Amino acid sequence: MATETHDAGGATGYIIHHLTSLSAGEGFWTIHLDTLFFSVFLGCLFLFAFKIAAEKVTSGVPGLLQNIVETLVEFVDTQVKDSFHGKSKLIAPLGLTIFVWVFLMNFMDLIPVDLLPDIASWIGIPYLRVVPTTDLNATFAMSISVFCLIIFYSVKVKGGIGFAKEMLLTPFGPWLMPFNLLLKTVEELAKPVSLGLRLFGNLYAGELIFILIALLPWYVQPLLSFPWAIFHLLIITLQAFIFMVLTIVYLSLAHEEH
Amino acid sequence: MSINATLIGQMITFTLLVWFTMKYVWPPIMQALEERKKKIAEGLAAAERGHHEMELAGKRASVALKEARDQAAEIVGKAQKRAGEIVEESKESARTEGERLIAAARSEISREVQQAKQSLRDQVSVLAIDAAEQILREEVDRKKHEKILKTVAQQLDKA
Repeated sequence: MATETHDAGGATGYIIHHLTSLSAGEGFWTIHLDTLFFSVFLGCLFLFAFKIAAEKVTSGVPGLLQNIVETLVEFVDTQVKDSFHGKSKLIAPLGLTIFVWVFLMNFMDLIPVDLLPDIASWIGIPYLRVVPTTDLNATFAMSISVFCLIIFYSVKVKGGIGFAKEMLLTPFGPWLMPFNLLLKTVEELAKPVSLGLRLFGNLYAGELIFILIALLPWYVQPLLSFPWAIFHLLIITLQAFIFMVLTIVYLSLAHEEH
Repeated sequence: MSINATLIGQMITFTLLVWFTMKYVWPPIMQALEERKKKIAEGLAAAERGHHEMELAGKRASVALKEARDQAAEIVGKAQKRAGEIVEESKESARTEGERLIAAARSEISREVQQAKQSLRDQVSVLAIDAAEQILREEVDRKKHEKILKTVAQQLDKA
C-alpha cells in the first residue's frame, strides 16, 4: 500500500487502472495475460512444492514441508470422507488442488496493491492485475470445470436414462414434466454460477477496498489496511475452503442415486 | 470484466493441475500416510504385547520365587530334622559306647578281683599252713595230719 503518484484521471483513473487487465487479442479472443500468468505460476508453485514433498515422502518422521503438505492432504481427505461416501480417485485430489490453488491466488490479494503493478510499469508493462480470482474468467473456469464433472458423474453413475428421469420427473412427478425440467436446470446451473460468483465477488470486493484504502492519505492507510488485511486472511482461506467443500458436496450429490 | 478466451486457458490450466495432482501428488502422500498409520498401529500393538508379556513374566517370576521359597523352607526343615536325628544318633551311640566301656571295665574289675582273690587265697593258705606247721611242729606229725590239712586247703580253695 505504497503511496504513489496517481495516474492522470485522479482517483477514478487510479481505480480503473488497477482493474484493467493486461490483455492481448480482440473481442471474445481477448486473453488476460496477467490472470493466466499468475494462475499458472501459482499452480506450478503448488505442484512444485507438493511434488517435492510427494517424492521425498516417507512413512517415517516427516520433515517441515512434508508436515505442511500432509496436514493439508489430511485436512482435504477428512472433508472428502465426511461428505462423500463413494469411492473416487478424482475427488480428493481435485479438492486439494482447488483449495491450495484458490488459496494461493487469493493470497496475491495481500501483496500491497501497488507493488507488483509499479514494478511491472518500470519494465514497460502498462497494466497488471495480480489477483487471478478477481477475474471472472478464472473463477468461472473452475466452476464450469466442476459443473462438467457434475454432469459427467451424474450421467456415469445414474446412466443417461437415470439422469434424464431425474431431470424430468423430480421433484413433482411426471405430470409437471416441463416445470420439473426448468426447475432442475436452474438448480444445476445455479451451482457453477454461485460457485464462480461467490469467489469472484469476495475477492473483487476485497481488492477494491485495498485500492480505496490506498487512495487515502498515507497516515490513515495502516489504520485501515492492517485490520482489513487480517480480516482478509480469514476471507481468502474461507473462500478457498468453501469452494472446495461445495465442489465435494456437489460431486457427492451427483454420485447419489435418488 | 468480460468473459473471454481467458476462461478456456484457465480451464485448461485447472484441468492440468488437477490431473497432475491426481497422478503424481496425491497417491504417494496418501500411501505414506497409510503406511505411517499402519506402522503406528503396529508399534502400539507391539507395545501392548510387550506390556502383556512383561505382566506374564512378572507373574512367572513371582511363581518361581514362591516355589524357591517353599523349596528353601523344605530344605531347611529337612536339614533341621536331619540334624536332630544326627544328635539323637550320636547320643545313642555315645550311650551304647559308654555302656560297653562300663561293661568292659566291670568284667576287667571282676577278673582282677578274681585274680586277687586267688592270689590272696594262695597266700593265705600258705600262711595258714606255715602258721599251722610252726604251731604243730612240735605236736603234729605231718604225715598223720595230712588229710586234715588237705581238707582245710580245699575249704580255703572253695572260699
